[in-house]
Amino acid sequence: MKRVVITGQGTINALGHSVPETLAAFREGRCGIGEIDIQDLDRLSIRIGGQVRGYDPEAHFNRQQIALYDRFTQFTLLAARQAVGQAGLTFSDELSEEAGVVLGTSGGGMNTLDENYRSVYEEGKNRVHPFVVPKLMNNAAASHVSMAYNLKGPSFTVATACASSNHAMGQAFQMIRSGMTRVMVTGGSESMLCFGGIKAWEGLRVMSKDACRPFSANRNGMVQGEGAAVFVFEEYDHARARGAEILAEVIGFAMTSDASDIVMPSRQGAARAISGALRDARLAPGDVGYINAHGTGTAANDKTECAAVADVFGADADRLMMSSTKSMHGHLIGGTGAVELLACIMALREGIIPPTVGYEEPDPECALDVVPNEAREAEVDVVLSNAFAFGGLNAVLALRKV
Amino acid sequence: MSENVKDKVIEIIAEQAVLEPSDVKMESTLEDLGIDSLGLVESIFAIEEAFDIQVPFNANEPTESEFDISSVAAIVTAVESLVAEKHA
Repeated sequence: MKRVVITGQGTINALGHSVPETLAAFREGRCGIGEIDIQDLDRLSIRIGGQVRGYDPEAHFNRQQIALYDRFTQFTLLAARQAVGQAGLTFSDELSEEAGVVLGTSGGGMNTLDENYRSVYEEGKNRVHPFVVPKLMNNAAASHVSMAYNLKGPSFTVATACASSNHAMGQAFQMIRSGMTRVMVTGGSESMLCFGGIKAWEGLRVMSKDACRPFSANRNGMVQGEGAAVFVFEEYDHARARGAEILAEVIGFAMTSDASDIVMPSRQGAARAISGALRDARLAPGDVGYINAHGTGTAANDKTECAAVADVFGADADRLMMSSTKSMHGHLIGGTGAVELLACIMALREGIIPPTVGYEEPDPECALDVVPNEAREAEVDVVLSNAFAFGGLNAVLALRKV
Repeated sequence: MSENVKDKVIEIIAEQAVLEPSDVKMESTLEDLGIDSLGLVESIFAIEEAFDIQVPFNANEPTESEFDISSVAAIVTAVESLVAEKHA
């Protein structure tokens, strides 16, 4: 089996338009959640989110591109540009033939759907822009990345709700590990902060009106975010041979299905995914120093996740740190695992554990070290990233310091 | 008016529970009737639609919401007061 390393990363999210800005926010425990600015906000009861601010599409894309790129595609392309730039790769000849792009998204072009439904249903128009379909399709972002970088190998989009990015990155990892390809561009993106996107979540009654407070006894729900994170996964020897800077090694991945309920999480399903990732990476529970939690801030997720971690780690759970950075960037739904991987890589490279901000009251059902409110200096060698989706689909990644 | 609210709420709950309205007792809890968290959210949606009201309910803390869901009687009382507020 081949070793798999990360040689590039890029992002745009509520905490910043780049990796350095995002990591600075993680170090400072800065929250990017606030009142959102979208059309028809007055008809929503949920009015907060982790919205990307100060973003001007025309600063990055020309008019023809904007006509084709939904907001989730724009975010993906900006993150991919940073990641591929950092990796310093150009894709030609054999490498171009084998390298591909696998990305996660849940909703795809939600803003495009919203704008065009508004146009035909509310405004009564009978004609829509010719590019509505290629703009809204879930694979649009992956396809545009493939075109931008000449990636002609395995490329597709994974949609497993809140686990989409982790499933996507797990696929990229397995493809390189098996020798199928030497380089994959992977990660995920979401842009669901539009009237219809928020209205749909409102209906489920799990959204907070004030803040995302994972693991805190007074938590009252999740807060949506938006943005993207993209990585370059590369076969270790290939990266070494060209002298690339290695950010971290991906050492394990596991996915499970609860096969039980469409929205309620399962302790057993989550625990099987976590222990599966440890087994895949040949780790003992005591090797893990930090977990980036799924930590949505809902009553159901947080206590189930803590119970699953306690089941897998036993006495080692007491030495473990587990934080939810969703408290800062919000829940990016299909893109969330990708942005959270940035926090995992920071923990490994810089020895700084990002905090769970907004934490106010201990909850006996979440009795782990959740790194409340302030980042902490701690050397960790191995980290996990959890994602547990609606539909009972779980995906956990394991990373090691290089 | 009050009887109408009660009958309509019971009809909504009965539909969720897949029971006859006559089998839904005022002292029943939603758990007694086999209504789970999704069924509860659907019932509240149906109540809001039927009476054109906003029910203050957060699925994260169903027992701590201002809206009392501890029994069918409690739900009927809560809906009656929301309907009264709307007409006030």
